[in-house]
Amino acid sequence: MSAHNTANFNAEGRRVEPLNEKSLRSLDIQEQRLLLSLATPAVLAVIAIVVIPVGWLFYLSFTGSDGQFSLANYQRMIEYKSYARTFVTTFQVSILTTLICIMIGYPLAYFLAMLPERLAGFFMLAVLLPFWTSLLVRTYAWLVLLQKNGILNDLAMSIGLWDSPLKLVHNLTGTLIGMAHIMLPFLVLPLYGSMKKIQRDLMYAAANLGASPVQAFWKIYFPMSISGMVAGSLIVFVLCLGFYVTPAVLGGGRVVMVATQITAILEHQFDWGAASALGVVLLVVTMLILTVATKVFKLDAALFGKR
Amino acid sequence: MSIQSNNLHTESSTALPIHVQDLTKKYGEMYALDSVNLEVKSGEFLTLLGPSGSGKTTLLMAIAGFNRPDSGSIRFGDEEVILKPPHKRGVGMVFQSYALFPHMTVAENIAFPLKLRGVSAAEAAERVATALKTVQLDGLGDRGIEQLSGGQKQRVALARAFVFRPRILLMDEPLSALDKKLREQMQIELKHLHEQLGVTTVYVTHDQREALTMSDRIVVINNGQLTQIGTPNDIYNHPANAFVADFIGESTMLPLTHDGSGSLYFEGSLIKTNYKTSDAKEWSLVIRPERLTVVKSGQCDPEKTIVFTGVIREFIFQGDTAFAMMSVNDKYNLSFRFGTDASSWQNAMQPGDSVSLGLNRSDVIVIPGGLEL
Repeated sequence: MSAHNTANFNAEGRRVEPLNEKSLRSLDIQEQRLLLSLATPAVLAVIAIVVIPVGWLFYLSFTGSDGQFSLANYQRMIEYKSYARTFVTTFQVSILTTLICIMIGYPLAYFLAMLPERLAGFFMLAVLLPFWTSLLVRTYAWLVLLQKNGILNDLAMSIGLWDSPLKLVHNLTGTLIGMAHIMLPFLVLPLYGSMKKIQRDLMYAAANLGASPVQAFWKIYFPMSISGMVAGSLIVFVLCLGFYVTPAVLGGGRVVMVATQITAILEHQFDWGAASALGVVLLVVTMLILTVATKVFKLDAALFGKR
Repeated sequence: MSIQSNNLHTESSTALPIHVQDLTKKYGEMYALDSVNLEVKSGEFLTLLGPSGSGKTTLLMAIAGFNRPDSGSIRFGDEEVILKPPHKRGVGMVFQSYALFPHMTVAENIAFPLKLRGVSAAEAAERVATALKTVQLDGLGDRGIEQLSGGQKQRVALARAFVFRPRILLMDEPLSALDKKLREQMQIELKHLHEQLGVTTVYVTHDQREALTMSDRIVVINNGQLTQIGTPNDIYNHPANAFVADFIGESTMLPLTHDGSGSLYFEGSLIKTNYKTSDAKEWSLVIRPERLTVVKSGQCDPEKTIVFTGVIREFIFQGDTAFAMMSVNDKYNLSFRFGTDASSWQNAMQPGDSVSLGLNRSDVIVIPGGLEL
């Protein structure tokens, strides 16, 4: 009663200081702080292992051998053809790998999406199983399979598919086989996710309205699965751009991608500036591609979970 | 969707009857459809009504061609369609989920079946506009699907289902996602649309009131079998068995005894004479709660009215009506309803009151079978 009497009311009969307003707002702030504190380890880690090294990389790439500011590292990339070739190879391998992944992955994801839940889980395991073994092990396994006297050549020759051993490794073919295998799950997972969201009723409706199965697929199913396909392809493409192990092992020195080139420069010339410049260009190009693709294909939802 | 004059009217001669014969579909050991026979008349509004898992949706999906029965025949008019894929059956369908294509606008959705049929762009645009007008969505053709409310989506789905002038229209619980008020409004609109289009319509619902409101005839389905087929009036006033009596409307069922000469009794009072006993060994009296009225015992003509006397156990005000439960001999519960207008309300009662309820003999419904459902 007394609290009511002593409270201040304004002309409209509202309390000048609404009941418990401050304490209720401080509860909000407390909760926000708690959430923020949960993110602290991750934020610190990102600063320590991403922001600082990348910043250092930038700095090095703009520094000449005398320690002064210089664009020499970038000039050299324009002057020497080998650098341009490296970038062409990198994009060529990445694009081809992505296309191979789409060609194998789209039918696979479609197959998985059509299966009843339990069977889909089993086959998904088969797709994910390679994830659980080391990248290096998988890459060398391909070497064993594909080499001149490897299992594949032996088998093919014994059943008469070809007469002399085919060159399947230490070249582009081997690199693409290995990379497509390793990248496939990155395409299949987002694609499967977007396909699972396509309601069965939509396909029924298309058929009911007169669309043959082929028409229903191209007019309804495929357009609705594009965002998942582009998202998956983008992940594969970007991962390919910076890939090192598989091209190095299965390419046998003939497939020189940016990452391989960087290693070579560091090992043979110990030129941190040149290596950094390559890294910076790759990073910038990758970010450009991601930004443009996200805008063009409206991928916010697929890639970043935005609605 | 009130009646508007336009050229969408399907000529009644193009509406097709549906003949379903010995249709059987088994899932494992369970019959989803157990040798179903059904004739849907040309141009009629027929509702498949049943609880979930009764087989009503299976039957509709079989007519649409989305599931493959184990055996039987489905004919549209004279044409056998059981082997035809769904896209060649030419029936319109409205799905429970609406199934609108999210990557197309409203107009593109509605034009989809027209494009597939090679209708020219100009004619398609005109027919889409007419269809939108029919469902009262004029001018919303450019909207995206996600921008629509539930009721608007429902109307678009409807427009898309009839724009290509199908001879048969199927609807799978199309109103179940709408709130109660909109649902009741749409029921009336759908009924008018059906009258306007004249197309043979098969409608699936588990909502008995919806079925009673909209249908020319109702088919009650249970356990994959057709339990009863009839007009709403038939189904409500002459239920064939305890399942139908219980599923449609509210009811109280009381066990009857037979004296061997065609008379049925409840607790000693005569309910019905000259009842033709079938093979049944048990009979039940079905009482609709709204058919009971409060009477003063001794003032009724026993020739015309059966009187039940008991004690009020429950009394609930529900707005338009009041619901009460009366216990007879502490053994049977009799539920009844009465209006809440001022004059009826004067009879307001309290739990514990002794009351007499009268049932007009012409409202007596006797069904074979016991009470176990």
